[in-house]
Amino acid sequence: MSRPDLPPHMRPDRSFQGLILALQTFWADKGCVILQPYDMEVGAGTSHPGTMLRSLGPKPWNAAYVQPSRRPKDGRYGENPNRLQHYYQFQVILKPNPPNLQELYLGSLEAIGLDPKLHDIRFVEDDWENPTLGAWGLGWECWCDGMEVSQFTYFQQVAGIECAPVSGELTYGLERLACYLQNVESIMELNFNGRDGAEKVTYREVFLQAEQEYSRYNFEHADTSALFRRFAEAEAECRSLLGKGESGERHLMVQPAYDQCLKAGHAFNLLDARGVISVTERQSYILRVRELAKACGAAWLKTEAGGAQA
Amino acid sequence: MPDLLLELLSEEIPARMQADAAAHLKKAVTDALVAKGCLYEGARVVVTPRRIALSVHGLPPASPDVKEERKGPRVGAPEAAIQGFLKSAGLASIDQAVIQSDPKKGDSYIAIIEKPGRPTPDVIAEIVPEVIRSFPWPKSMRWGAASTSTSSLRWVRPLQSILCTFGPETEEPAVVPFAVDGIASGDTTRGHRFMAPATIRARRMDDYLTSLDKAFVVADPEERKRRILADACNLCFAQGFELVEDEGLLNEVAGLVEWPVVLMGAFEESYLAIPDEVIRATIRANQKCFVVRDPKTGRLANRFVLTANIEASDGGKAIIAGNERVIRARLSDALYFWQTDQKALPDFEDKGKPLDQRMAKLRALNVVFHEKLGTQGERVDRIKALARHIAPLVGADPDLAERAAELAKADLMTEVVGEFPEVQGLMGRKYALLQGEHDSVAAAIEDHYKPQGPSDRVPTDKVAVAVALADKLDVLTGFWRIDEKPTGSKDPFALRRAALGVIRLLTDNGLKFPLGQIDGFSSDLLSFFHDRLKVLLRDQGQRHDLVDAVLASGEGNDDLLLVVRRVEALAALLGTEDGKNLLAGTKRAINILRIEEKKDGRAHDGAPDAALVETQGLPEEKALFSQLQLASAEARDQVAREDYAGAMKALAELRPAVDAFFDKVTVNADDPALRENRLRILGQLRAATATVADFSKIEG
Repeated sequence: MSRPDLPPHMRPDRSFQGLILALQTFWADKGCVILQPYDMEVGAGTSHPGTMLRSLGPKPWNAAYVQPSRRPKDGRYGENPNRLQHYYQFQVILKPNPPNLQELYLGSLEAIGLDPKLHDIRFVEDDWENPTLGAWGLGWECWCDGMEVSQFTYFQQVAGIECAPVSGELTYGLERLACYLQNVESIMELNFNGRDGAEKVTYREVFLQAEQEYSRYNFEHADTSALFRRFAEAEAECRSLLGKGESGERHLMVQPAYDQCLKAGHAFNLLDARGVISVTERQSYILRVRELAKACGAAWLKTEAGGAQA
Repeated sequence: MPDLLLELLSEEIPARMQADAAAHLKKAVTDALVAKGCLYEGARVVVTPRRIALSVHGLPPASPDVKEERKGPRVGAPEAAIQGFLKSAGLASIDQAVIQSDPKKGDSYIAIIEKPGRPTPDVIAEIVPEVIRSFPWPKSMRWGAASTSTSSLRWVRPLQSILCTFGPETEEPAVVPFAVDGIASGDTTRGHRFMAPATIRARRMDDYLTSLDKAFVVADPEERKRRILADACNLCFAQGFELVEDEGLLNEVAGLVEWPVVLMGAFEESYLAIPDEVIRATIRANQKCFVVRDPKTGRLANRFVLTANIEASDGGKAIIAGNERVIRARLSDALYFWQTDQKALPDFEDKGKPLDQRMAKLRALNVVFHEKLGTQGERVDRIKALARHIAPLVGADPDLAERAAELAKADLMTEVVGEFPEVQGLMGRKYALLQGEHDSVAAAIEDHYKPQGPSDRVPTDKVAVAVALADKLDVLTGFWRIDEKPTGSKDPFALRRAALGVIRLLTDNGLKFPLGQIDGFSSDLLSFFHDRLKVLLRDQGQRHDLVDAVLASGEGNDDLLLVVRRVEALAALLGTEDGKNLLAGTKRAINILRIEEKKDGRAHDGAPDAALVETQGLPEEKALFSQLQLASAEARDQVAREDYAGAMKALAELRPAVDAFFDKVTVNADDPALRENRLRILGQLRAATATVADFSKIEG
């Protein structure tokens, strides 16, 4: 139920930031730690260590956060109403998944103003897989009136490691959801701050220029030889840190190593957008990042947060 | 007689898995019941996105008593043997065994073990958890707190509850108590997720279906399909349109809803500028909606039919509006792709027309076709050369064939095909026409993939035929060269389909085409083709022995059209009385020759001595000899003209002479010269028939 006491500019169906705040409030109320975005370029909220590493090991973990997602290949110079190379995901991770996760999820839709008695909400098969993270799970695309508004996944494996226990992961595509709530056709038309008239700030004002600039960079000007070099350096440093962090039964430097894995992943995504990686090479790059992710995941299990016994 | 009702309620089951899961549940439970002696009268299973429900009716209240005899050692056997017998038969002392006398073997012990029947609910409580634990989902998962153990229960999605009751029709059935990984069986379920979420008690299948229907769940998938189709057709009809029926989509949609509510939406007419096939692909694949035809134009109308899972409080307005938004966005993307594909491609603007630019990009990307067969670009170059070479042989213009081959794969680089692979070829054709290519070039781009399967259309445009042949022969000779042939059930590159495609292209179009002239066409590949041809002809009702007989005659076997014509002519010949008798006579001649040639250690295939026939031959011998000269010359001529029916007719005319010969003439004459000459006459008969087929390979 969207809260009637909210002032208009805070309402999730009028304000992009209001949507984010409503989701944060809802999940905070359900006991989640509200994290902030990870301060690195990642392709999806799953890559945030708050999901990728925390979903491994036996310790319970409930968190929610917004994560800017960079998908260099999806840039369209700001001209496509639905595709951006930078957009926001709202991510919820609950370990182990509570038995009523579907009901909780539907409650969150009500909290942002989607009444399930009025809309056609559906769980449509979508098995999720992230080959660069060595992760997969089963779940659905959640549809509202034919539109995919979230991804709902029960993680089965992360970093090549069997999840025990299984986490439930919810990912809301915020821009798309906001377009629906605000009834606008293009992401750029979104009201960002929920104000009217001169006080109104649109998504266009915040992000159009960035979309144009980054599309130019991603497709035309990113220095490919530097990126190839950066990939190799990040890969080497990740391995080196994983080696140096080994301390008997424990590991002391997983997160810095994982950062390097993310850097390699982003360099690969940029190279892919530049079209300089052939189909066969593509597979081998994905495999190389996956090997790093797997090694980080294995090291995580040797840390306190990963559940290693003292 | 009591009934069992079992329902497994879970989070949403993927549509494509529902039917198999339902069938498995029914089979697994009923098989196990029968194995335990619980015979039943009937069983029914229904399935929705959230539940599989099984009813088994007419079960006995208990499984029957079983009496089992176990043979033991003879009376007076060593103590150890006696003790072992008591232990295995579960007897306390040997007094409990009976003694059986046998006049030959003497007395021995028999244990009679009586297994009393068990109440059927006990049997069910044993069977069902096992069926659940070993359920063969294509993909299954663990979930929740229990998943701390990696061996926790697996199900397709979290299993929420189990309803399991048993009892006679006249009484309130009882819960069959058991638990699977902490989920205890009960006698309740839930209705529609949003419209009737409260718990419902259910007894037998009839009652269950009625209660669910009241709770907005149509449990029977066939009933859901029926309702969706009827409502969709009515909605379209009311507006003067027709539903574009789609069985696959209907099955899927029926697996996505428990309470189908069919609604119609619209989109801007301007999107009808997009090809129908692309509109349909977009709306079907992404939105799982049906498209609608306008019978006046034969084209799609700007409408679509969606199936919601709820009777919304506003009558569906918000749902239609939401779906229209999404479809508009999807069509806007499709329109953008369709238009972008017609424009210049950045970085390749100087590479000719739009499709040429896409082809240039395909080359530039060096996309690998196969590790050992090079890139897509290299493959296109081979197809071009081959299409050019083939063109004159099939009556096509070589320049057009080469041009079509150059552009055939270019649409793989287009946005539309990138998004909807199922329209590859078709889009190439449309873009080719838009950039002013020759009609035959455009047709060839679409049709060069054809025929894809036994029911697919075979191209008839000569340019299309040339490129379709080149495309398939390149793949076949390529994979034969690197020795990656299909084995058993493994045919990852669909080479059997490619070979069958070549055969149909040649035979359906009546094309004479010796495959041996293609570079790299080995005899092994030819025999692969012959195997495919046999399968094809057998499917068309031809006798496989006729194909073998024709192939065994050796000549011109790499021309598949001629092989087919010979088989057809042979079948026609053998359909006549003359043909059957000629076959019998010829087989007799061949048998005699085989025996005598083995005896003599040499073949009798030289020309008979005409003078000897003239001076010493019997009248029937003379007649056959002279007719053979005529008939074999005639048959050879007809074969040279590829008139196999004519050749068969010439041979068939030999029949009376052959019959008379065997009637009156003794082949193995005492005079060795006469014998030799008569064998040579038979040799001539063998040779004459061999111009079309090896008659010895024909059965009967």
